Amino acid sequence: MAKLESSFKNMLISLLGVTLLASAILGVVNDATITPIAKAELEKQTKAITAVLPAFDHLGVSYKVLPIDGKDSMVIFPAFDANEMLVGSAIKSYTYNGFSGYIEVMVGIEPSGIVSGYQVLKHAETPGLGTKMSSWFNDSSKPGQNVIGRSLAAETLKVSKDGGQIDAITAATISSRAFLDAVNRAYTVINQGGSTTQNK
Amino acid sequence: MNQWKNFTKGFIKENPVFVLLLGMCPTLGTTGSAINGLSMGLATAFVLTMSNIVISLIKNLIPDKVRIPAFIVVIATFVTVVQMVMQAYVPALFESLGLFIPLIVVNCIVLGRAEAFASKNNVLSSAIDGIGIGLGFAFALTVLGSVRELLGSGKLFSITIYPENYGMLVFILAPGAFIALGYIIALINRLNKGKA
Repeated sequence: MAKLESSFKNMLISLLGVTLLASAILGVVNDATITPIAKAELEKQTKAITAVLPAFDHLGVSYKVLPIDGKDSMVIFPAFDANEMLVGSAIKSYTYNGFSGYIEVMVGIEPSGIVSGYQVLKHAETPGLGTKMSSWFNDSSKPGQNVIGRSLAAETLKVSKDGGQIDAITAATISSRAFLDAVNRAYTVINQGGSTTQNK
Repeated sequence: MNQWKNFTKGFIKENPVFVLLLGMCPTLGTTGSAINGLSMGLATAFVLTMSNIVISLIKNLIPDKVRIPAFIVVIATFVTVVQMVMQAYVPALFESLGLFIPLIVVNCIVLGRAEAFASKNNVLSSAIDGIGIGLGFAFALTVLGSVRELLGSGKLFSITIYPENYGMLVFILAPGAFIALGYIIALINRLNKGKA
């Protein structure tokens, strides 16, 4: 078959054809993947909530709180035991102060203000340095760097360089500061709140 | 036509990274670990093969003056498909490759093969060319990722080879990518000397 010549009509038709076909394919793939994507994200969130909180019976209604110093809301998932007593809240907290900007952390806080656990959900920190925050701050064999069990009611967490109690990750002080900032803000948000909106 | 030669040229002789020095941005950006390099390479190889096949199929239906936009639309479609599938079934990998997946669209290797090879050859040759160059790219990224991971953190595909404390941090960071790449290219040139 000879090549189509570059007349205006031919160009119009072939470009239209290519783009129409492309959008049809994308539509089909989007339909096929939209449910698994939503499921994967929900699963990850549920797993993170379970990991950061002490054993609980069921989750209450989640709600959003807009922190005083931020533009995005944090989502709070309260967890109750079988007698409807609050055992802790998982807060999807965030900070923009990471070495590469945005960091999202799920922080579990008991009603007394004690950190029960955390999981880093999203970040873009340097591999081998800032990425260590997922394990560095919950190493129970190194109390100097462990944040689990510390009471946020008693102190605001700070790295030792800033006069605080926590040893920062070696060569990743900025990531460490940002991480602690996200943890501190999780506590601020459940205590002082801001504007609250109830989820359905 | 010697299809075997067509297939193997992508590994050493015309390796897109080590010899042609194309696609440097994902090469340097995603090779912090061997597994990241490998997955980025395979994602690119898939897009490259599929776009080569489609472009060689429709090459006569595309008038010359609009071929670049048409090629880009084809490539972008496949990249978006890869992105959505990865997000659905391997979310962890999707997060670590993040920004670099959409950037395959403007990867000069993919457009370069479309323009230089697929738009002039038949479907079979184009498919083989795509697989060969794509695997060559994946191979290069895996080698670079392995070297950086091994020197930087003492691991290979996340398996500890020696204690992490002795790792040279610089190799995990961007400057280490340049240094490691430079030495590998020197080595490849030494091996190719006299043969090329």
